[in-house]
Amino acid sequence: MPLSQSNIRFEKVSKSYGTLRVVDDLDLMIDQGEFLSLLGPSGSGKTTILMMLAGFEAPSGGTISLGSQRIDPLPPHRRNMGVVFQNYALFPHMSVAANVAFPLEMRGTPRSEIEQKVTRALDMVQLGAMKDRRPAQLSGGQQQRVALARALVFEPSVVLMDEPLGALDKQLREQMQLDIRALHKRLGLTIVFVTHDQSEALTMSDRIAVFNRGRIEQIGTPREIYDQPRSRFVAQFIGETNLVEGTLAEAGDAGATVKLEGGGTIRVQPSDLRPDAGRILVSVRPERIRLGPDAASENAYPATVTDAVYHGDHLRIQLDNGAFGFVAKADRKTAEFNPGDRVMVSFAPADCWMLPA
Amino acid sequence: MSETSLKGRLGALALVAPLVLFLAIFFAWPLASMLKESVSDPVGSHAFPLTAAVAGDWDRQSEPPEALKQAFVDDLRAIDDQQLLGDAVRRLNSAQNGFRTLMSRTIRAVEEQPEGPLDLVAVDKRWADVRFWRAVADSTNPYTDRYLLAALDYERDASGRIAALPAEASANTAILLRTLGIGAVVTLACALIGLPYAMLVASVDGWKRQALLGAVLLPLWTSLLVRTAAWFILLQEQGLINDTLMSLGLIGSPLPLIFNRLGVVIAMTHVLLPFMVLPIYSVLLSIPRNLMPAAASLGAPPWRAFLRVLLPLSLRGVVSGSLLVFMTAIGYYITPALIGGAQDQMISSVIAFYAIGSANWGMAGALGAILLVATLALYTVYGRLSADRAGGR
Amino acid sequence: MRSRIGILAMGGVVAAAIGMAAPAQARDLTVVSWGGNYQDGQREIYFKPYAEKTGKPVLDETWDGGYGVLQAKAKAGNPNWDVVQVEVEELALGCADGIYEKIDWEKLGGEDKFIPSAVNECGAGAIVWSTAIAYDSEKIAEGPQSWADFWDVQKFPGKRSLRKGPKYTLEFALMADGVPPAEIYDMLGTDEGVDRAFRKLDELKPNIVWWESGAQPLQFLASGEVAMASAYNGRITGINRTENRKFKVVWPGSIYAVDSWAILKGAENKDAGMDFIAFASQPENQARLPQYVAYGLPVKAAAEMVPAEYKADLPTEPDNMKDALSIDVDFWIDNAEALTQRFNAWLAQ
Repeated sequence: MPLSQSNIRFEKVSKSYGTLRVVDDLDLMIDQGEFLSLLGPSGSGKTTILMMLAGFEAPSGGTISLGSQRIDPLPPHRRNMGVVFQNYALFPHMSVAANVAFPLEMRGTPRSEIEQKVTRALDMVQLGAMKDRRPAQLSGGQQQRVALARALVFEPSVVLMDEPLGALDKQLREQMQLDIRALHKRLGLTIVFVTHDQSEALTMSDRIAVFNRGRIEQIGTPREIYDQPRSRFVAQFIGETNLVEGTLAEAGDAGATVKLEGGGTIRVQPSDLRPDAGRILVSVRPERIRLGPDAASENAYPATVTDAVYHGDHLRIQLDNGAFGFVAKADRKTAEFNPGDRVMVSFAPADCWMLPA
Repeated sequence: MSETSLKGRLGALALVAPLVLFLAIFFAWPLASMLKESVSDPVGSHAFPLTAAVAGDWDRQSEPPEALKQAFVDDLRAIDDQQLLGDAVRRLNSAQNGFRTLMSRTIRAVEEQPEGPLDLVAVDKRWADVRFWRAVADSTNPYTDRYLLAALDYERDASGRIAALPAEASANTAILLRTLGIGAVVTLACALIGLPYAMLVASVDGWKRQALLGAVLLPLWTSLLVRTAAWFILLQEQGLINDTLMSLGLIGSPLPLIFNRLGVVIAMTHVLLPFMVLPIYSVLLSIPRNLMPAAASLGAPPWRAFLRVLLPLSLRGVVSGSLLVFMTAIGYYITPALIGGAQDQMISSVIAFYAIGSANWGMAGALGAILLVATLALYTVYGRLSADRAGGR
Repeated sequence: MRSRIGILAMGGVVAAAIGMAAPAQARDLTVVSWGGNYQDGQREIYFKPYAEKTGKPVLDETWDGGYGVLQAKAKAGNPNWDVVQVEVEELALGCADGIYEKIDWEKLGGEDKFIPSAVNECGAGAIVWSTAIAYDSEKIAEGPQSWADFWDVQKFPGKRSLRKGPKYTLEFALMADGVPPAEIYDMLGTDEGVDRAFRKLDELKPNIVWWESGAQPLQFLASGEVAMASAYNGRITGINRTENRKFKVVWPGSIYAVDSWAILKGAENKDAGMDFIAFASQPENQARLPQYVAYGLPVKAAAEMVPAEYKADLPTEPDNMKDALSIDVDFWIDNAEALTQRFNAWLAQ
């Protein structure tokens, strides 16, 4: 990753409500121009972090800074961050144009300039024709775009988004994901994006911070998060995976061997885990598993199909080899699988990832 | 229309029929009869049909013709309905005082001489006064504008032109304006107290919200008279408020809190506050909670966010609360009567005087109609204003 | 199915409405009076004994006066009140309008039994009562003697309370201005006289607290809100007895009036009502009234039977009657409306 100026910095930030600790000793740096997703189940503290960044919540401890300035004592209206809320939070009594003009008015922008900027911002989200309508007269997607225009029109360097697409249907959501991503690129924005939808986080982000119980479980690029999860939680929360328990028998630069509970071994790609790590897990993504009459790799196990479900673009197959169970995703064109069929399950060592149990 | 939908529609009609019936019987009909009462004046034409037939021949200025006098005497001889006669006498007396005693004397004379011409002036010299005859002739018209005119402090003078009544004779307009004025002041006071209060209620939850709501609802659960009496005890010269302030040494002599406008406004504001707080509160609840944070994030300091977002959005509640409070306030009767001074009486007490005290239903109806018209006019203005504000939506 | 339910529901509502509107079968004799301790007393000496005597219950109800109320009931037909105690004005108006039954004076033992002002073809006198100045003798040792004193806020500082309305108020104003009681109504009959009364009222206007219900003036006196007030004599004596007050009645210049029993036209129990009035007019029954409330008795024999301890408080005592004025009902039924309108206008100025 290229070195860049660290823009937003959380240092030892915590937040408690009474005895409940929602954010625990958080250290986090967000780079200028970065798209960072905060991902986690509800109650993991991700929204609280966003709210502290926006200024709606005060940290119980620690500091938050933007560039060289400490911002945690500042009230929200002095932070100059665009915020896009979950339910759009458009002002229902104002027209679309007035909504978008609002932040400019608050900043004392001259009238003529306001008009220009509003027009430009609405054109950017393709809603120039709707400027005289009221929010209630727009569809959900249009409302979200207005909210986006409003959060961007005053050219904030940081834009915070709190599950902004949660209320949209799937197709619109995917379109908006692309739109937001494109705006991010074009305007060079720093975006902090809260979501509980892992596929959304994977599609959009430069980096993802996975939260669990007020702490960051893992932070990294979507690829790292998906392919090299550092904990059982991350492995299971992001996508679907097969986890097999064992002990690390031998590790080298070329790869490692894991000894399984019920006998047998798995060759896995190299990692920084050492043999003294004790019990470990091996994660294999279902789409990496190959099924066939013969072994296709050094990791190959005979197994019985227990269930096969048609999913349109793929088949989802449950397998059992006596010692452990597998889920595999197979191309629906490769073959027919029926419960009771005996097949060979194989996967490449490069697709096997070790993590601590 | 298919058979099932016809059936469904009939069913729906049957379900709303009780409501429609109720509204028609207990709302529309009384309202219509009040309005009718204010312009209809059938008593004279019923009681004096012969007089009515010849009244048109007289110019109301000169000496009344003999035919009119004779017709009136004949009418009096023909009447056998005691109640109708009583109504007619009251109707005449209300146009010209003195008719009660004049008529009882005249009726006695008519009974003593059941036939032939009768010298009315010999019976009572007031019959020589053309004003009494004018009242008789005017009473035979089945419709009249005199109640409506009188309700606005006007009358028809001897020549039939509309003229203002002298200021010391009638003060209905002044009282009506005062009623609207007190209503407006109370509405304003309710809004000024009710809006922050409703915001406070909406901003807390749990038992605090219940307690705050209870505090404002409590007055609704006690009778109006009890609440007014309680204010009486609090506000009087040796009442709780004055005693407390004096024992604290804040004031040297009792403040005049009762028998004046201030007391009326205080007591009415308290009584009507729930009607302001509840609509605002329900509107506030419907405002999404993230609008104020959104405004802040867009750079609005708290007071500007309040002015630009929360206030305009809660205005809908303020407006409907204001309508409720205003409409209720202008009908108030007990509170001004007990807490107010002589200059604080409202139009309802005048209406009550005519309806209950003197059985002058025409006058009561006319004042009620004027109040209704004034209220509807204000409501129309409100409708226009709020339509403009909504931006022609 | 749905429409059937709707029709059933509507039928139920209509049936309920009819049920509410239908008159109760054979209503009990209903007697209406003025409430308060007065009606409590009447209950003990008239209503209960009469019910015991006849073996039929007597319903007693309360009203606050107002001719419109009676007129509306009588006009609607089949009134739900039988016997009503009315003031002179309501009696005169209603008698002219024909909303009362005629009194059977034979049944009451003849007109001579009553004092003359208590006899009317539509009503039989029930009490004689006065409106007079009241003051607290514990606060003012040397009390007012006349309406002139009532108007004199130099000599007797403090506010005054008068009944809101032209009746009584105009008479009092003229008396305060030095018009002898006997000439009051002649004077009020002229425009100059009315102007004079209002001019006199102008003097006192800033110091007047107006009252509307009979309990108010005494409450104002008790709380010290006003120094003196016009009040009903029965109420003054009543509060002295129940609350050990030392309120005084100023008899000179007081105005007395007779309240009468009347029967509404077409009342279901008009015969029983007549019997009731006869019962209430029997001297031995009526003579018990002053021990409850200090009103004078229109039945001559009853007045003589009143124990000496109560007599001094009654308006009918010759000493109390000496400089008092009888209300002129004819004047008021002719002029009440015009003068009330003028009075309201004057108040509003």
